[in-house]
Amino acid sequence: MFRTQYDSDISIYSPEGRLYQIEYAMQAVAQGSTALGLKSKTHAVVVTLMRSSDELSSHQRKIFKVDGHMGIAISGLTADARVLLKFMRNETLHHKFVYGSDLPTGEVVSSLAMKSQRNTQRWGRRPYGVGLLVIGYDGGKTHLYQTSPSGNCFSYYAQAIGSRSQSARTYLEKNFKAFPELGLEELVLHGVKALKESSGKETLTKLNVGIAVVGKEQKFEILKPNKVQTYLDQILQTEGEIEIENENENEKDEEAETLELKLD
Amino acid sequence: MQPKKKTLRPIVTGSSVLGIKYKDGVILASDTLGSYGSLARFRDIRRIVPITKHTVIGGTGEFSDFQEITKILRQKIIENQELVESGKEEDELLPSEIHSYLSRVLYGRRNKFNPLWNDVVVAGFEKGKVHMGTVDLWGSYFEDDIIATGYGTYFALPLMRKAYKKDMERDKALEVLRDCLTVLFYRDCRTINRYVFAEITKEGVNITEPVEIETKWEIADWQEGKL
Repeated sequence: MFRTQYDSDISIYSPEGRLYQIEYAMQAVAQGSTALGLKSKTHAVVVTLMRSSDELSSHQRKIFKVDGHMGIAISGLTADARVLLKFMRNETLHHKFVYGSDLPTGEVVSSLAMKSQRNTQRWGRRPYGVGLLVIGYDGGKTHLYQTSPSGNCFSYYAQAIGSRSQSARTYLEKNFKAFPELGLEELVLHGVKALKESSGKETLTKLNVGIAVVGKEQKFEILKPNKVQTYLDQILQTEGEIEIENENENEKDEEAETLELKLD
Repeated sequence: MQPKKKTLRPIVTGSSVLGIKYKDGVILASDTLGSYGSLARFRDIRRIVPITKHTVIGGTGEFSDFQEITKILRQKIIENQELVESGKEEDELLPSEIHSYLSRVLYGRRNKFNPLWNDVVVAGFEKGKVHMGTVDLWGSYFEDDIIATGYGTYFALPLMRKAYKKDMERDKALEVLRDCLTVLFYRDCRTINRYVFAEITKEGVNITEPVEIETKWEIADWQEGKL
């Protein structure tokens, strides 16, 4: 069965009850480079891999601040992301002006979900081709949400989106139970390690890795490249330590052999 | 052509509302009179009403506008409940948020030259602390530990300022309020001797039934034979 018959219009279902346009939009998200998010009881972190199209161009920014207590990491069509970012900034600013307080992350994500869904049910409009990971701290709790072109939004302990995100997700699935009690430094380290799983052949440098944090007594902040480098160094160091340990074990074996010879 | 329909002057009015913070919370007080000019027309109205479990508002000025404000705020609470994911009570709108929202509403109305002719006291308990302040018909926002509206600003506020101490005892706070209400009954011609107290602590809101306060009218000049 050719699905091309039913996939050119958002307002047409396939016989299996699927809207292919939405699935194709989600494919656009999957083509973007990896973005992942994770949270503890006190902090929420996003880590991204920033691509550059060639040596001469800058790396594509994937992390944006929405408000003092909230930010996003994107994967997919950057231009669409800018539209949604503007919407979120507007909502949070309006709330602050009217109520004098921070807009709860969950509320803005719900509004975003409604907005995304509208584009899946209107003739002549296309779904937004971008997935967001929204992190925020409000009401004394950390939040991590994923939004998608379909208009679905879910809350997560940890999540990864974009190309090769499955490797990062596997790492996060293995380790997420420990996250709630971790401090900020360890949390970020886990994020960077997870990103390493999805980085493939690309080397992680302070220029192509983006990290942002938000949490208790921590306003949303995109870390500067030098700070990013300290985390990358720690990862490299741990790998180096494993190598050194192996060397030491070999030396011990040699010593044991010499002793035996002496007893003889 | 349609006639212009907007507030020109207040018709049925309420007088002062007083508020004072104490150790465990805050107490508001007002009388129960709705004056029709100089006529003491409606003698059992409620000028202090609850909005949420932890917030009350009190109103001076045009009573119909105060009823409208009550409606607007209660409606906003319901709308917000639908938005909030958790459905938990602690996630409903805070007193400070209600206060901020009301100030935007009143300011918007004043900009259209059609004010809600009130001076509203907003008081409540949030995050372990008391929040109290006022908003008036021009949209001016104000927060303080002692609050008075209407004639209360002239008569009661100086007395409250002298008597107020941070974290004072409940009985002392009540005593200050009763003293001020008595003075207002003597001096403000648009009051009656019938009062309602609203107390807010971390447990919630408690609004009393109307009570009377003893007053003394034996003044030497008026006593027979003394003049």
